[in-house]
Amino acid sequence: MKKTILSTLGAIGVAATLVGCGGADSQSSQSVSVSGSTSVTELMEVLGESFQGSNPGVVVEVQGTGSSAGIRAANDGTSQIGMSSRTVTDSELSSGVEKFTLAHDGIAVVVNNSNAVVNMTTDQISAIYKGEITNWNEVGGSDSPIVVVTRDPASGTRGAFEDIMSLKMTTEDGKKVSAISASAQVAAGNGAVKTTVAQNDFAIGYISLGSVDNSLKALTVNGVEATDTNISSGAYGVARPFELMFNSAEQSEASRAYLDWMLTEEAQQIVKDKGYISVI
Amino acid sequence: MRQVRIDKSFHSLFFLSALVSTFAVATIAIFIFIEGLPALQSVGVGAFVTGSTWNPPGYFGILPMISGSVLSTAGAIAIGVPMGLLTAVFLAEIAPERLAHTLRTAIELLAGIPSVIYGFFGLVVIVPLIEQVFNIPAGNTTLAGIIVLAIMILPTVITLSETSLRAVPQTYREGSLALGASKIFTIFKVVIPAARSGILTGVILGIARAIGETMAIIMVMGNAPMIAGLLQPSRTLTANIALEMSYASGLHANALYATGIVLFIFIMLLNSALLYLNRKKVS
Repeated sequence: MKKTILSTLGAIGVAATLVGCGGADSQSSQSVSVSGSTSVTELMEVLGESFQGSNPGVVVEVQGTGSSAGIRAANDGTSQIGMSSRTVTDSELSSGVEKFTLAHDGIAVVVNNSNAVVNMTTDQISAIYKGEITNWNEVGGSDSPIVVVTRDPASGTRGAFEDIMSLKMTTEDGKKVSAISASAQVAAGNGAVKTTVAQNDFAIGYISLGSVDNSLKALTVNGVEATDTNISSGAYGVARPFELMFNSAEQSEASRAYLDWMLTEEAQQIVKDKGYISVI
Repeated sequence: MRQVRIDKSFHSLFFLSALVSTFAVATIAIFIFIEGLPALQSVGVGAFVTGSTWNPPGYFGILPMISGSVLSTAGAIAIGVPMGLLTAVFLAEIAPERLAHTLRTAIELLAGIPSVIYGFFGLVVIVPLIEQVFNIPAGNTTLAGIIVLAIMILPTVITLSETSLRAVPQTYREGSLALGASKIFTIFKVVIPAARSGILTGVILGIARAIGETMAIIMVMGNAPMIAGLLQPSRTLTANIALEMSYASGLHANALYATGIVLFIFIMLLNSALLYLNRKKVS
């Protein structure tokens, strides 16, 4: 018992010393701290594991804290690399902090194969999700009700979809909440949305572009088809970049090597394998 | 002398096991309450339980989820209990022993099927069926949940009812038959009333199973956080936690733990009901 307490105290002491030293000494230069968007976290963990495999001694620590927290962490230096799953404007970055795009993630708006509708505007999609349009004939389809399928409020994909489709509203006390109608069906994940839309003639949903196959149909949005090329060029608007931010002056050797590696063919192949759109 | 020592050591082993189980329950309860209390304080217990809008991080009202849990459980009991009880009567009183044995094995198999399989079955069979029968656009409704839950509670209800029906002394039946009562009359007026408390235990455990079920429900009920209707999507308390816990943070996460507190209180009420019924059996 006494031993445990002593070793715990010891560990706390060592940790405190390390934190006090900051990123300067050789001990912590081998660890790369990454934090930010939960959507990017999944990809970043796979990339980190692969990098650690070929660079023994380097530890990549990834924390999913949300895009805004990632931007803050990169600005004030609490993390060496920050992650964001939305576009970061230059005004959000303090001087010396740079950013680059790691990958693109498209969100496809999907309907059942039997649905005659092939194109919708963002305004129409937004109105459907708010519950203002409830019949397919209002958007050029047959006279049948629309079954709206969404994700849970904590989903990153839902967050991005709400941002892109202007589906946010503000409560009286200033909190930003979702404007998606409460009567929309909530599916537990990409796969569940897919199954529901694939077997319901009247359903509409949104899933990661990588999950689209011929069991359902991706709509063109504002006349633009959801393809890798259109997303990379920015023509297809229902997409988001995965951006990384870092302060070039304060990078450790390992972190710099990791950042450089991420735009190599090897790393971008992992991006493709995980179903995202590569930037090279 | 040696016998006494063995007896003593087993006494402490059993006592230790009991302590560990109790400790586990207490720890979980304390944990849920500590994590959930900030949300109850910030939202207010009344507003939390009676609020009808769930839209984190702005509105935390779980009345829709309470109504979803209550309606789906009540529906499952309304379908599953009569069906289960009649099956138990058939197995215990009517079927020849060989047939009863085969059927019992099949029913016990029902209890072993993972709930995600029930959910998938519901999604591809029951949901489209509801769409056709009721001519509604989406079959992901409370009714779909009720049907899936009713099937899922059958093994619990049947096994417990059958055991207690079999425990009714043979003399009861003989006495009734000797007085000229028919077999069916004997079953409904003598055997079932005599096995009442065991059957009720089965029903209450069935309710607990229905209220606690999560995976299958998430797949078939549509999960929309609005006051439950039979042919509309609705969300249960457990589904609310499971759907949103993965990414929730701050007050939102606390509110999900607070949902757990409400669920915990539901289960405690059920267990108290069980204790009460069991006490009646003794007297």
